[in-house]
Amino acid sequence: MTTTTNPFAYAPAPESRAIVDIAPSYGLFIDGEFTESSGQDRNKTVSPATEEVLAEYAQANAEDVDRAVKAARKAFEKWSALPGSERAKYLFRIARIIQERSRELAVLETLDNGKPIKETRDADLPLVAAHFFYYAGWADKLDHAGYGPNPRPLGVAGQVIPWNFPLLMLAWKIAPALATGNTVVLKPAETTPLSALFFADICRQAGLPRGVVNIVTGDGRTGQALVSHPGINKVAFTGSTAVGKAIAREIAGTDKKVTLELGGKGANIVFDDAPIDQAVEGIVNGIFFNQGQVCCAGSRLLVQESIQEELLDALKRRLSTLRLGDPLDKNTDIGAINSAEQLARITALAETGEAEGAERWSAPCELPSAGYWFAPTLFTNVTQAHTVARDEIFGPVLSVLTFRTPDEAVAKANNSQYGLSAGIWTEKGSRILAVASKLRAGVVWANTFNKFDPTSPFGGYKESGFGREGGRHGLEAYLDV
Amino acid sequence: MSDRLSVFKTYKLYVGGKFPRSESGRVYEVTDPKGKWLANAPLSSRKDARDAVVAARKAFGGWSGATAYNRGQILYRVAEMLEGRREQFVREVADAEGLSKSKAAAQVDAAIDRWVWYAGWTDKIAQLVGGANPVAGPFFNLSTPEPTGVVTVLAPQDSSFLGLMSVIAPVIATGNTAVVVASERAPLPALSLGEVLATSDLPGGVVNVLSGRTAELAAPLAAHQDVNAIDLAGADAALAKELEIAAADNLKRVLRPAAVDYTADPGTRRMTAFLETKTVWHPTGALGAAGSSY
Repeated sequence: MTTTTNPFAYAPAPESRAIVDIAPSYGLFIDGEFTESSGQDRNKTVSPATEEVLAEYAQANAEDVDRAVKAARKAFEKWSALPGSERAKYLFRIARIIQERSRELAVLETLDNGKPIKETRDADLPLVAAHFFYYAGWADKLDHAGYGPNPRPLGVAGQVIPWNFPLLMLAWKIAPALATGNTVVLKPAETTPLSALFFADICRQAGLPRGVVNIVTGDGRTGQALVSHPGINKVAFTGSTAVGKAIAREIAGTDKKVTLELGGKGANIVFDDAPIDQAVEGIVNGIFFNQGQVCCAGSRLLVQESIQEELLDALKRRLSTLRLGDPLDKNTDIGAINSAEQLARITALAETGEAEGAERWSAPCELPSAGYWFAPTLFTNVTQAHTVARDEIFGPVLSVLTFRTPDEAVAKANNSQYGLSAGIWTEKGSRILAVASKLRAGVVWANTFNKFDPTSPFGGYKESGFGREGGRHGLEAYLDV
Repeated sequence: MSDRLSVFKTYKLYVGGKFPRSESGRVYEVTDPKGKWLANAPLSSRKDARDAVVAARKAFGGWSGATAYNRGQILYRVAEMLEGRREQFVREVADAEGLSKSKAAAQVDAAIDRWVWYAGWTDKIAQLVGGANPVAGPFFNLSTPEPTGVVTVLAPQDSSFLGLMSVIAPVIATGNTAVVVASERAPLPALSLGEVLATSDLPGGVVNVLSGRTAELAAPLAAHQDVNAIDLAGADAALAKELEIAAADNLKRVLRPAAVDYTADPGTRRMTAFLETKTVWHPTGALGAAGSSY
């Protein structure tokens, strides 16, 4: 596409990265201070948009994890004995410091993750601060939470989070854990460790007692060491269903409590009476928000047969206007895929879709020469047996299926091993309620999609995992009830 | 008293609202704790277990879709039917657990009262664990509990009747359907329960009762891809670990075994263990956005 002659072309509008000061190298945050790993292994984290190395960080080994768990155990005694009102004030401090440093953290997250700055600035960071603010308020009100008088914390929580919303997933894990009086050892994803390490600095600024929050970086081996450590009382994991199942096996026969937020293959159901333009925006938001790297993405579009053509025309038109490129540019809609590995997986699954006979269409956009990119893509002529209709792609790829009746829509929506999210688009209120009640999914959006709030419980049915994060429900995961 | 020869009962399984023998044709001898023969009970097979799952799945749509009030009425009806057969169950529990008549009667009374307790819960639990969430935006956001699906229940091995009721009633009160593996040593009260459930307006398949070797039946049920959850109450530590590992294959919800005083207030734990929370977002529009005070 040539844009040079277009008088309405966007000029570049990059957010300045000068606001972030990334150190060349990071250690582990254990017992209130940054320390080196006892081993020599180092990893690099790169900007997925440019493949530039942002920093080096330590690969925590089993010995490091043990040190972190011991620090958390030691801190647990005092932290859990603190009056809830005092714990609350620490969490309020953290919420405020996140708000103060939100632009810095947004730019950092965009650099490390590859997602557009408009998302980190307008979605991730506000939600992170709100989550801490919300759970701060619970810390001294647990007697009223519906779990009986004086509900007790579990102890040390081992938390493993993914790379798609690095700081937001950290907030979802740490805020309720601390509010209820637990201490934590958290492992950020290997491709996005930086915001968690910056969060360690926020804990220091907030004066959080040593050992209450410990951050150990590394790949799956670090996570494995953490989950299997006999000194933890709770495992909280967000990530793939395969790893979730491995964790469930690992902790079998122990007293460890577990919550799992896993994969999804969300159905976004559009009825013939839906407002088409709104539905198109919702479909785009459902599958192209964060490049589709969202466990609750609306990755299966179920459209009523009678409006299929009209809807797909409008959708393709809209996708052709999406701006893919520099994630730091404020006008960018689609950023980079988080890693070469993830890009390879998306590419392979899309090729499988074609090989199995589904029809592929990709938005006509130019991909940058460096970095990891995938154009917004949709598949039509998809049946329920197709791989692209069954497997979680975790990328900007939409599979389109059709239905004739509401019953057929529900049957197809529920025909999945997953059950995390779903969407319903119709003007008819009673149909929304009827369909929503039949969908086997933990979160249902009616005439909207991908909305999140700290007060709203989030989590899956079936192989999308168990336990809820957010709201009063989110407390249960960290209480001995 | 008289020399009349009494009529023995052939104990049978309760699956899909019917009373089949085990498809395997196998039985095993059930005795009282002193070793006196009581009956031949069906020694269920893996196939019986799979058949029970099919029946439970088939019943799930109707039972989970029934109104909470209706489920409450039916659970209360179970209590009514039990009350009418109180003497029979006192005898069976006394035999099964080696209890005196008065101790067995206390167990049966508590078990009947437990159904009354759970009958009252069916239309209250949603208000307790669900509700509207005050999200920061123009949305009505509502969380409601929904049943997990088909639940395998390994009934407690020792408390053959009160323990059994205490694990079945909470599972079905919230709309799940159940495949129950009765106490291996003392299955007779559980098998007789089937006769009560069959006459309590409870739709066939909502509760299915199997007798036999717990480990033999539990293994295929824990691994079954169409079972959503498992209550390990009747498993020992080694078996529980093995089953929890098998259950991970499709991420069943697992309630681990724990020491329970079945005479105490049960709380809500056994209900919430087999409930999912569904949260639905509805846009509220922007009436009044221009500042009208109506």
